[in-house]
Amino acid sequence: MIDFETPEKIVGVCTVIKTVADNMMRPVSRHFDENEHEIPWDYINFMHTAARAMGGSSMAPGDSKKEGPRIGFQRLAHMVEMLSWGDAGIYLDTPGGMLGSAAVSATGTPEQKERFLARFRGETPTFDAMCMTEAGAGSDTSAIRTTAVLDKNTKEWVLNGEKIFVTAGHKALVDSQGFIVVWATIDPSAGRAGMRPFVVEAGTPGCQVTKMEHKLGIRASDTVSIVLQDCRVPFDNILGSPEVVTDKATTGFKGAMATFDATRPIVAAQAIGLARATLELLKEMLAEKGVTIRYGLPRQKLTSIEKDVIDMEILLRSAWWLVLKAVWMMDNGKPNALESSMSKVRAGDVVNRITQKAVEIMGPLGYSREYLLEKWFRDAKISDIYEGTGQINRLVVARQILGYRSSELR
Amino acid sequence: MYSFEPTDEQKMLIDAVSRYAASDLRPAAHDADENKELPPKLISKGWELGVLQASIPEAYGGFGDRSAVTGVLAAEEMAHGDLAGALAVGTPGLFALPILLSGSEEQKSQYLPPVIAADWKAYTAALIEPAFDFDPNDLKTVAKAEGGDYILNGEKTFAPFAANAEAMIVYAKLDGATKGFIVPKGAAGLKVGEEREKFMGLNAIPFFKVTLEGVKIPKTNLLAGDFAPVLDASRVAIAAMAIGVTKAAFEYSRDYAKERDVFGVKVAQKQAIAFMLAEMVTEIEAIRMLVWETAWMIDKGHAEASKQAYLAATGAIDMAMMVTDRAVQILGGHGYIREHPVEMWMREGRGFATFTGLAMV
Repeated sequence: MIDFETPEKIVGVCTVIKTVADNMMRPVSRHFDENEHEIPWDYINFMHTAARAMGGSSMAPGDSKKEGPRIGFQRLAHMVEMLSWGDAGIYLDTPGGMLGSAAVSATGTPEQKERFLARFRGETPTFDAMCMTEAGAGSDTSAIRTTAVLDKNTKEWVLNGEKIFVTAGHKALVDSQGFIVVWATIDPSAGRAGMRPFVVEAGTPGCQVTKMEHKLGIRASDTVSIVLQDCRVPFDNILGSPEVVTDKATTGFKGAMATFDATRPIVAAQAIGLARATLELLKEMLAEKGVTIRYGLPRQKLTSIEKDVIDMEILLRSAWWLVLKAVWMMDNGKPNALESSMSKVRAGDVVNRITQKAVEIMGPLGYSREYLLEKWFRDAKISDIYEGTGQINRLVVARQILGYRSSELR
Repeated sequence: MYSFEPTDEQKMLIDAVSRYAASDLRPAAHDADENKELPPKLISKGWELGVLQASIPEAYGGFGDRSAVTGVLAAEEMAHGDLAGALAVGTPGLFALPILLSGSEEQKSQYLPPVIAADWKAYTAALIEPAFDFDPNDLKTVAKAEGGDYILNGEKTFAPFAANAEAMIVYAKLDGATKGFIVPKGAAGLKVGEEREKFMGLNAIPFFKVTLEGVKIPKTNLLAGDFAPVLDASRVAIAAMAIGVTKAAFEYSRDYAKERDVFGVKVAQKQAIAFMLAEMVTEIEAIRMLVWETAWMIDKGHAEASKQAYLAATGAIDMAMMVTDRAVQILGGHGYIREHPVEMWMREGRGFATFTGLAMV
């Protein structure tokens, strides 16, 4: 039965997170934007303690064997939306499993999940990161040049290459005993078929953070370059069953794609939270100036600002439902590659549209660093870039609806 | 608990409607538009599916309780076949549903059974007025109390099947608020235009201007309830139909793009076209979610339902124009030729800003 009621458990979680957002994120938003590379430890420690108190280690859905409907990804989307409503940059500093864990969850064996994910339940806040992008390989992941060569004598994988634009890489490797998931090729001539994810734990010799980027927005989150130089990891650190090593099919790449089906709606949820924050603040600021929005009027009778605000509400609300539908499908085991990418396309567009319009409408106040609108405008842009740019996600959507393989629609 | 899956019962209804839309409405759509007429048999066959009847309780001749969710699911499927056909089949609902939603017990018992329990007959409504800033909540047609009667004065446009209507709901402003009035056939001062109105789209439906010059009707003909639920029911229905039309336009242009050769590949293999299609389907799906949410809120009696219906309808207007325009664009010159249906859908697409009041769920 079609139902748009938010599950009670999720409402409860969101109420708690709203308090965190109000008290621990918003008041320091500006500070961590102006002081890039400073780490919001108060927030991080609080979230870690809270997660431990609640018996969980990460926000990510576990392999729950419990009876009843599964709502793990729906809950995660709601949590991320609310945290991002607080601050989209600080949210990325949330300890516990994020993208790296998502890859482990999507492609790892039960043994690997236990070995790699247990650390998040420890005493201190711990982070992970996903290393996909390289200087010469962004969305075209088949161009990845980082190599993994098996040393048959020691049964170790030897990784060589450089990864860039790694979100939270510094926190995963330097600020905590976390891990990164490195996508590398075991056969450079095989393209995507040769791609495999490898877990590299903090402290592994030959793995080094070399650069911290300065960014347009989400400055509270570190984005780093990582160099792998004869970096040796145990054989069992290849994610998924080792038997697939000789498989010439695109198993490795499909692993990455399966991860994206789960993570794209979550990144979209981040966009939605930021968009909602912006729209709410815009409406508050307008209300203070005596501008109210007259819903229900024919468009011919509306002012330009009213039209803009109403359009923003439509964009926001409809995009949010695309996100929730995509995670609902995830929870219910329905294939969601199309819906996942649609939600990302839409949310990326929507958050940029809304933050751009809000700055425009508020004029000098929108442009001023006294208010958060200009920061949110800068924060928003990342949502149309990472986890697949808007264009790559359009490509995914197009292939799905046209029934084309990647060779048929490049 | 979220769910985006219709019930088994709803799925059965959608299946039935969808079969009718695909094998009856769609094949007839082109000729109906060109000849400006829908075969009466086609309309009765759609009527017999019982979509409206399923929204009216047994006590009034129907066989169910109204569900806006079921309504929008059916409306989308119906309009996916053909918008004119969908509107024609549903026209008696323009009379019946306002009575169900805002009428008294007596009015329901008196007026609903003859509409619902019988064959399709022209029962209709007149809401839209010929003004650029037409506002359903601020009508220029007025009702004035006079003794035991109301006197109606004003001008209406876009009244479907009004020439042969057994009765119609006329909307007018009474004490500052919009109210529906049951106006019987042949009421003195009620003038239905002699010629059909000519519009850019929906050629297959006979629309008429309706003029009210001191039309006197008894006070018992006033639908005393709020107009808001009636307007919500129409807004969400029109928005659902916009989804049906745009889905048709999307599918047609997608299939065309997969067939059409250009520079040695199919035109769909060009990103410029593929991205247009990706954006179209995303837009449709986004607004569909909003429409479903609105319908769900209506069924829940949610306090924000009216605002949401407005947002859904407004979103659907832009979505319909964007998608149908692109469908024509993807076909290029062929899209402009009336042999392909996309130009018809584009003419309909622009109309959704105007169609409030032409459908109800």
